[in-house]
Amino acid sequence: MKQGMATREAYGHTLVALGRENPNIVVLDADLSKSTMTKLFAEEFPDRFFDAGVAEQNMVGMAAGLASCGKIVFASSFAVFLPGRCFDQLRMSVAYSQMNVKVAASHSGLTVGEDGASHQSIEDLALIRSLPGFRIIVPADEVASAWATRTAASVVGPMYLRLGRPKSLIVYENGHDFVLGKAVRLLDGDDATIIANGRMLAEALQAAAICRDKGIAVRVLDMHTVEPLDREAVKDAAMETGAVVVAEEHLLNGGTGSAVALVLAEEYPVPIEFVAIKQAFGQSGDPASLLKAYGLTADDIVAAVEKAIARKRQIVSVRRGS
Amino acid sequence: MRAQSSAAFRAVCAKRLVKRKNGSADIDKNKRTSGLPSVSIDELERIALTVRRHIIVMTGKAGSGHPGGSLSAVEIVTSLLFAVMRHDPTDPRWPARDRLVLSKGHAAPVLYAALAEAGYFPVEWLESLRKLGSPLQGHPDMHRTPGVEMSTGSLGQGLSMAVGMALAGMLDKSDYRVFAIIGDGESDEGQIWEAAMAAAHYRLGNLVAVLDYNGLQIDGPNKQVMSIEPVADKWRSFGWHVVEVDGHDFRQLLDAFAQAESKKGQPTMIVARTVKGKGVSFMENVVDFHGKAPTVEQVESALRELSSPITGNGAR
Ligand SMILES: Cc1ncc(C[n+]2csc(CCOP(=O)(O)OP(=O)(O)O)c2C)c(N)n1
Ligand SMILES: [Mg+2]
Repeated sequence: MKQGMATREAYGHTLVALGRENPNIVVLDADLSKSTMTKLFAEEFPDRFFDAGVAEQNMVGMAAGLASCGKIVFASSFAVFLPGRCFDQLRMSVAYSQMNVKVAASHSGLTVGEDGASHQSIEDLALIRSLPGFRIIVPADEVASAWATRTAASVVGPMYLRLGRPKSLIVYENGHDFVLGKAVRLLDGDDATIIANGRMLAEALQAAAICRDKGIAVRVLDMHTVEPLDREAVKDAAMETGAVVVAEEHLLNGGTGSAVALVLAEEYPVPIEFVAIKQAFGQSGDPASLLKAYGLTADDIVAAVEKAIARKRQIVSVRRGS
Repeated sequence: MRAQSSAAFRAVCAKRLVKRKNGSADIDKNKRTSGLPSVSIDELERIALTVRRHIIVMTGKAGSGHPGGSLSAVEIVTSLLFAVMRHDPTDPRWPARDRLVLSKGHAAPVLYAALAEAGYFPVEWLESLRKLGSPLQGHPDMHRTPGVEMSTGSLGQGLSMAVGMALAGMLDKSDYRVFAIIGDGESDEGQIWEAAMAAAHYRLGNLVAVLDYNGLQIDGPNKQVMSIEPVADKWRSFGWHVVEVDGHDFRQLLDAFAQAESKKGQPTMIVARTVKGKGVSFMENVVDFHGKAPTVEQVESALRELSSPITGNGAR
């Protein structure tokens, strides 16, 4: 897999393109525009860019106010502060008020790296998933991120984009046709399904390759949209492969895995395994070492696949009464 | 390439601190010992130099981190740990200790360097900054690093925690003092002003905040990103006693801390005018060195510049 831009970079470039097309787009940041890449928009459209300073809560309030007057507002910071720092503001001023605010949060997950636990947002999906009305996209690469940014501008209502700091591996060809709320089936197989998004999609594809060498055929789904979740794809995966693994750069509690588990529980329960951060905070370290230390690598996914398949077989043999 | 360590100084310092602790007969009743053995300004300047060298070396080794806002706070942190605060590096959890909250947590390197020099942990630890498993996290972690009072890194929260500590000191009739260091960019956070209001409301004479007023944040100068002026007037109007000093001048800083101690029933804000990146010519007032580590060559040239103590002048 080739290395491409970070999802935050693709976001920044797409914002500029959107700014040229639509004078109604306004961008806000909270003293992190060089990191979130909104600085690209700020440079070209200084009149439509507002820096809130290090004041995330005020930024969200301003975003809601601008949106109430018809602006399409993108607000950016690190995921740990947005939603983390301004959950109530997002709940009341944006979600409950159904404002057309796009929260584009960069530096999500452990791969923030050396800054450590205080800056590693591993709970943002749990927070945002709890807010009615928020659509959520977790793009895996630059192509997906550009699409997500355009979708955010065109779909009315609150939306959350979960972006990452490091360069991402390219999964998609330019111009790939995504649909909001529809998972992408990247590989097929009937032994198990790996559902992943964001940074973990590349790991999932590597895991699938390792599985293939071991004679295990897995389906890989990119669950780029976490809300609304593609229930059909989850149900089909359960019925057709009988074992599911969810891999994400997020806490076990409240992330994509929880969303998938809910659908399985309601629709078609099969063994499910989670490759996610167990209940613990992160720490300083380089991204690769962190992913390894917290069990978020292709190898960890392979192990989870094998476990899920073993559980599936056990259930089958119990059913057969052997 | 390692920064020189002043082991000798650390020994002197640790002994002195212990003597202070034992020298006070009823330390548990928290009689504040006056007339502490004073450290000379020369000595402080020498320590500051060592601390600066550590900051350069450790961020250089880590390949990431925040040198700019660490260098601007060197004299502030050094004054506190080596001349102002009552503390004991051999007993970091001593109940009667003065407390320091580094609210602008990204300046962790200056705190780590000074804590190591004060004897809280070996200077060798500094080289592990930001590495997986290190006791020295990218931002201060109270459970991993001896001497770190509170975990910080999300800006704007430290002063509130300092207010809580000061309230506890009042409740417990303990005479420890609480110090918090905040940034000028950090002052954009509403919570800072919520804490400002609370501290004055509760008449926290045992609380001292220092504003590291280096004029820069990440997106640029405060003036362009979010103006905070007239900042001294703001704090005054919130009910604080305000002292404005050159934040690189030990005499002025020590004087301000002494003034703060004599203020009863009112918190003190020391507005310390500083230079971001102070002491390293190519870092001074350069926005980008907020969160960028020096390269190997830059470490070397910085260390060449940091070979003799610098004196004062944070005026911009
Ligand atoms: C709540 C929060 N928002 C954003 C950040 C990211 N951040 C780290 S440092 C910084 C700028 C701080 O500027 P200032 O307080 O002036 O620091 P200094 O110049 O002293 O380094 C920002 C925005 C953060 N750490 N916490
Ligand atoms: Mg500053």
